[in-house]
Amino acid sequence: MPKAATILDARAMERTLKRMADQIVERHAAADRPLVLIGIQRRGVQLADRLAALIRAQDVAVQRGALDITLYRDDLQTVGPRPVVGATHLPFEVDGTEVVIVDDVLYTGRTVRAALDELADFGRPARIGLAVLVDRGGRELPIHADVVGKTIELDGDQRVDVQVHELDGADAVTVTTRAAA
Amino acid sequence: MTPLGKDLLDLESLSAEQIRLVLDTAEPFKEISERAIKKVPALRGQTIVNLFFEASTRTRTSFEFAEKRLSADTVNVAASGSSVSKGETLVDTARNLEAMRIDMVVIRHGASGAARFLADRIESNVINAGDGTHEHPTQGLLDLLTLRTKFGRLEGLKVCICGDVLHSRVARSNLWGLQKLGAQVGVCGPRSLLPNAIDDFGVTVFDRIEAAIEWADALNVLRLQLERMTAGYIPSLREYNRVFGVTRARLEKAPRDLVILHPGPMNRGVEIDSDVADGPHSVILDQVTNGVAVRMAVLYLLAGGRPELAEAAKGQGER
Repeated sequence: MPKAATILDARAMERTLKRMADQIVERHAAADRPLVLIGIQRRGVQLADRLAALIRAQDVAVQRGALDITLYRDDLQTVGPRPVVGATHLPFEVDGTEVVIVDDVLYTGRTVRAALDELADFGRPARIGLAVLVDRGGRELPIHADVVGKTIELDGDQRVDVQVHELDGADAVTVTTRAAA
Repeated sequence: MTPLGKDLLDLESLSAEQIRLVLDTAEPFKEISERAIKKVPALRGQTIVNLFFEASTRTRTSFEFAEKRLSADTVNVAASGSSVSKGETLVDTARNLEAMRIDMVVIRHGASGAARFLADRIESNVINAGDGTHEHPTQGLLDLLTLRTKFGRLEGLKVCICGDVLHSRVARSNLWGLQKLGAQVGVCGPRSLLPNAIDDFGVTVFDRIEAAIEWADALNVLRLQLERMTAGYIPSLREYNRVFGVTRARLEKAPRDLVILHPGPMNRGVEIDSDVADGPHSVILDQVTNGVAVRMAVLYLLAGGRPELAEAAKGQGER
C-alpha cells in the first residue's frame, strides 16, 4: 500500500505562494515591460491564477495565460494512448513581454523545454523565467527555476503530487512512496 | 492499440465513446488554426499519403492542412485514371506504399469498401476520405462537431438530412454518428433518391421539405448531383428546387431558427438558395473550419504511441 506524506498543507501552500509572488515582483521590479504569467496545463494554470491575484494585490499589473504542451512533448510517440490535449489561451502579444512560466512540479525539465519551444512559436518574449511550487531535482535537461516554492529530494520510488482545490477539492503537496514489491 | 484502432474507415463501427473522443480532441485543435504559426510538432517526421482516386479539392486540401499543421510530411497521389480496374490495382498500390514505409494513408475511392480493402492489406493507418456511396467518416464527424458547438449538445437534437440520400456517403456517416450520439434523424427527398429500406433505419421520412423544416432543429442539405437528372431520378433540377429546395421563404415559416449545414460544394439555386447558404442560419463555413480541426484530431489519435513503452512510462508521472 503506497504511503502518502503531506509536506505542505493548505496554509503552508498559501504562505509559499505569497512568498513566490513577492519574489516574482522583485525580479520584475526593474523591468520596463509587461509582466505575464503563463501556467502550464493543468495545475500550473491554477497556480498562475493565484500568483497573479497575489501580484495584483500589490498593485503590479500582470496578465495571465494558459499553455498546453502535450503536442510539443518529446515522448509523444512512446507515451502510449494519446494524452488528452488541453486548452492553450494566450490572449496577448507575446513579443517583448516578461514571461514567467508557472508549473506545479519541476522534475526532468522536459515539460519546460516543451513550453519554451511552444512559446517560441507564439513570439519572442524579452525574458522568460520559471516559477515552480516544488522542485524535486532529477533534471535531465539544463533547466532551472528562478522562483521555487519548496525544494525536496526524492528517491526513485517516490513521487510528489500537488493538489489544488479548484481541481482536487483541497490544497496540498504530498509525497507518495511506492511500497516495496 | 490507440482508442480508435488502426484505421478510421467508418462511423458505423465506432462506439459513441470513440466518437466523443474525436470531438473532444478536436476542440483544442481549433485554436491551432488561429495562431500566427499554425504548426505544432506532434506528427513530425510522419509520412502521410493522400491517395485520391476521385477528384476532390475541398476534402484533400482540408486533410493537407491538417497534416501540415501537425508537421507531418504529405504526398498527394491523384490516381485519377478512371480506367483503373478496382481490385488488383489497389492491391499493387498498397504494396508499393508499404515498400516506401509510409505511416498513414488517406484514401478516397469510387468503390464502396475500398478503404477497408486497403486497410486490411497494409500496416499503415488508413483513413477513409470517402469510399463510393458507403461512408465519409471525417465529414460525419465534422458535422457532429459543428452541431454540437452550435447547440451545446447532440442528444435529442432533430437533424434532417435533405437530398440525394441514396447516393450519399455523407448521409450514411451522418446517420450513424447522429444516432449513436442520441440525436433524432430525419431524411427528406424524393422517394427515388431515398434508399428502399430507409424506414428500417429508425429515421423519420419526410416527403415534403416543409414538413422537415417544421420538425427539425437543423438541416443537412446534400448536394444534388446534376447527373441524377440525366439518369432519370428526378424530372428536372428546377422541379427539384421548386419542391425540395431549401429557400428563405420556406425557412421563414419554420417554428424555430433552423441551423443549415451543407457538405459542399453547393449547387446554388438547386438544393439550396444563395440567400440561405449565405444567410445568418448557415454554419457552412464553420463546417469547413471544424473540418481541419477534426482531421487533425483523427490523425493525432491514430498516430498513437507504442503501448509497450506506455508501461515503462507509467512509472513516472511528473516531469
